[in-house]
Amino acid sequence: MVELVTFSLLNGVVYGLLLFMLSSGLTLIWSMMGVLNFAHATMFMLGAYFSYQIGRYIGFWPALVIAPLLVGLLGGAIERYGLRHVHRHGAVAEILFTFGLAYLIVEIVVMLWGRNPIENRVPAVIDFPIFTLFGTSYPFYKALMMAISVSMFTFLYLAFKRTRVGLVIQASLTHPQMVGALGHDVPRMFVLVFAVGSALAGLAGVIGGFALLTEPNMAAALGPIVFVVVVVGGLGSIPGALVASMLIGIVQTFAVALDYSLLDLFRVLNVPVSRTSPLHEVYAVKIAQAAPVIPYLLLVLMLILRPRGLLGTRET
Amino acid sequence: MSDGGLGTASSHRRSATEHDWLRHYGVWVAAAAVLLLLPHVPGLSSNFGRSLLSQMGIATVFALSFNLLLGQTGLLSFGHAVYFGLGGFAAIHFMRAINAGLPVPMPLVPVVGAATGLAFGLLFGALTTRRAGVVFALISLGIGELVFAASRMLQGFSGGEEGITANRAIGPRPFGLNFASQLQVYYIIAFWALLAAALMYAFTRTPVGRMGNAVRDNPERAAFVGYSTQGVRFIVFAVAAMFAGLAGGLHAINYEIVAADAVGAARSGSVLLMVYIGGEAHFIGAILGAITITWLQVSLSDYTTAWQLYLGLFFMAIVLFAPGGLAGLILMHAPIVRTRAFAGVLGAYVLAAIPAVVMLTGALALLEINYRLSTQPEAGSRMKLYGIAIDTSTPWPWVAAAVCLLGGWWVFRRAWPVVAAARQRAADEVAGHGEWAAP
Amino acid sequence: MTRPEASRDERRACALRLAGVHKSFGVTPIIRGVSLDVLKGERHAIIGPNGAGKSTLFNLISGRFAPTSGSIRLNDAEIAGDIPSAIYRRGLARSFQVTNIFPRLSVYENIRCSILWSLGYKYNFWRNVNTLRDASEKTDRTLEQIRLTARRDTLAGVLTYAEQRALEIGITIAGDAAVILLDEPTAGMSRSETDSAVELIRSVTVDRTLVMVEHDMGVVFNLADRISVLVYGEIIATDVPVRIRENEAVQVAYLGTPAHA
Repeated sequence: MVELVTFSLLNGVVYGLLLFMLSSGLTLIWSMMGVLNFAHATMFMLGAYFSYQIGRYIGFWPALVIAPLLVGLLGGAIERYGLRHVHRHGAVAEILFTFGLAYLIVEIVVMLWGRNPIENRVPAVIDFPIFTLFGTSYPFYKALMMAISVSMFTFLYLAFKRTRVGLVIQASLTHPQMVGALGHDVPRMFVLVFAVGSALAGLAGVIGGFALLTEPNMAAALGPIVFVVVVVGGLGSIPGALVASMLIGIVQTFAVALDYSLLDLFRVLNVPVSRTSPLHEVYAVKIAQAAPVIPYLLLVLMLILRPRGLLGTRET
Repeated sequence: MSDGGLGTASSHRRSATEHDWLRHYGVWVAAAAVLLLLPHVPGLSSNFGRSLLSQMGIATVFALSFNLLLGQTGLLSFGHAVYFGLGGFAAIHFMRAINAGLPVPMPLVPVVGAATGLAFGLLFGALTTRRAGVVFALISLGIGELVFAASRMLQGFSGGEEGITANRAIGPRPFGLNFASQLQVYYIIAFWALLAAALMYAFTRTPVGRMGNAVRDNPERAAFVGYSTQGVRFIVFAVAAMFAGLAGGLHAINYEIVAADAVGAARSGSVLLMVYIGGEAHFIGAILGAITITWLQVSLSDYTTAWQLYLGLFFMAIVLFAPGGLAGLILMHAPIVRTRAFAGVLGAYVLAAIPAVVMLTGALALLEINYRLSTQPEAGSRMKLYGIAIDTSTPWPWVAAAVCLLGGWWVFRRAWPVVAAARQRAADEVAGHGEWAAP
Repeated sequence: MTRPEASRDERRACALRLAGVHKSFGVTPIIRGVSLDVLKGERHAIIGPNGAGKSTLFNLISGRFAPTSGSIRLNDAEIAGDIPSAIYRRGLARSFQVTNIFPRLSVYENIRCSILWSLGYKYNFWRNVNTLRDASEKTDRTLEQIRLTARRDTLAGVLTYAEQRALEIGITIAGDAAVILLDEPTAGMSRSETDSAVELIRSVTVDRTLVMVEHDMGVVFNLADRISVLVYGEIIATDVPVRIRENEAVQVAYLGTPAHA
């Protein structure tokens, strides 16, 4: 039991930090530019694929640096040459642009690397156990993921609180139009924010690509969850994104490990449920089976009850 | 769309109303005639052709229902397939009941789909229409994912991975018809599609429909003229869900199987694609988009494995260069059709189309080659492109494609000012009588 | 020009009565206790220096914001804190300083959408609007009043500024609301456009109560029966135009010093 809890907690934290890396970038982009970036998860995917490709030629550590940079450059270019031109056609057109872009990027990845998962194995240089607990060893690369995520959060925090650009961006998170009215070069900041946000997603992809399967579908699998995190955490709030990421990461990891269903609860409470009752199937659903649904339940509830999110400062 | 100006003199109005009757209903009568004859047209009279027409019919109803949300009322939903799929599931279960002896003829099955769509539209609509814009879009996404996951889990309802099947040929036989043939299925679909389109069009002409347009344009002002924006959105949402459910019912009859993909994100995305490419601001845009995208989805996959990529590129092109969609592109020319300069505009289009086609050929060749090489590496470097056998390990196919692409682009850039000038001449001609905005 | 009935105010009913209305945004008080009686059928102007809170006052009355405290009564019914659609249904319509029309609908449709509720069609989804005789007649009449009949099929978004302002007024008056609030109706207009607008306003408010925010003093003195002066969220004077002009407190508010100092 303790073993289950400890490992679930550790894994949940790692997953939560991964979600945070993805959602912090999305929060930045959405809060500041009002754009619902459907293509954000594809930046994550590109990070994984780029690092795989670069890693094959140069090695893991350079790939760790170069891949996110490439993804960041791509993100900046997308904003500068694509999104900026769609802006004048309205919010719906912007959303659809990123929506179509997501679709397109996945197809281009298929074109370049094929439909099947690629052998993105954990590089030998980081594939060793860092400690052994209850007879099961915990791999170093997961600890590395944690370390990278935490240092990235620290970097973001310092960059926001201690630099001038960070201050301006902080203001833009909650009052984008006012910042523009005050004379700051908002379009240039948009490019910067989009690039940095995408680079963060790419970084998440580099290390997440080992923990998850690297395949064209990985963006669609993780994408909606990142939206959930951003909404639950709250618009305009990076700490909110952190809280929501950890919450969802840990809850989902625990849920997947729990093999209980309502039927078990009824059995404990001595409530008889007939096998032929139409809801029997519903009661028989185990928490582990329902785990993928939990984030969306949270999303819908949050949007209906408190669209501002947990720590958010505004609704849209 | 506003109606033309009618005089206030009553006699003028009487004869104008008669004339209007012909104009308004004439279109629908003509459509009915076309639908009656279509499956007998050579080229479409095969089973494949009739199946394609059936699919287009289903897609049209689905797309029109989505148009009620997006084009008419400004509600962007990423989960519209929920009502389509739930309607489909209800319909297929009803079909199974008919197979087991329920004395209801198959052509009435879509009503069950519509009723189910309406029920869930009322239920979920009450929760989601309190908000608009991005929040509404995200809620729809969330509900879509929830329903999809739930349908995967509840095997008794959705059949899990395999889906639920039924047989449309087992049941009451009105006029001796057993509905086994694709032709009969087509006529069922065509009937419901025409009825649904007419009803939806009529809906846009009602007070709620008009206020939907107003709420889309300026929700705040709509409140200040007495309307609750939530009330209007809720009604439109429920109606849209109803017709989506109807489309789901047609889907059940056509395929005789419904699985969880019917409520999935891919289907929600597909209807969004259809309506946006067709032109979200126009009723006819949804029809155009449904027909075009269905045709592309069905036929392109026969020619190329990269058809999803092309669909994505097509969509992006519309978003970037023609946000009014295909209908927008066509209707944009309405004011200049009668001008003398119009012939010049058409000529300029043909002139620019030649390098455009060359450019596209080159681009498509490159994409095709890449796609083939990465998705079927075991097939080697020899392949057939546009019927020509090429060896992609040699440089010349790549060079030829690159030349087409770059050369075509270069000539196209030179041809475009000709097009712009022709359009300007047409615009100037119209400017004497009114306004025409060149994009 | 004042109308003779204005002097018999005590015997006339109040169409709109504000009592002790306060509004603060956060800790900043904008409206600091406004009490105002607008008589039935009168044309009442609210003037004041920039930043006095005139638009905020309109927003409070029409339901865009709720007052922090105080009472707003429309024909003796309390409406403070109600939502805009509820207040409209009780018979108060307002126009906006920044044109707030339906840009993708035609002029005709703009007006028609503004009358559907007041004619009782509400959430009707089974009748074709084009067959609604009363709606089309009313719309045609309103179009004639605002002199946009010739532009009835033009999309509202492409009208000229003055035409849009006329449409703005049209949308406001179309529903036959008994109390009309016009927020700077002549803002941005040329001299001749303003003169037309004044005539329009005069003709459409014949049997109604009008409350108007205006900066153009010519318009104000031309139209208003009484004027209230709002300064820093408080009304410092309410009187007929002649006496307002001579009021020292008003002069100080506008000029900094009394006029004959």
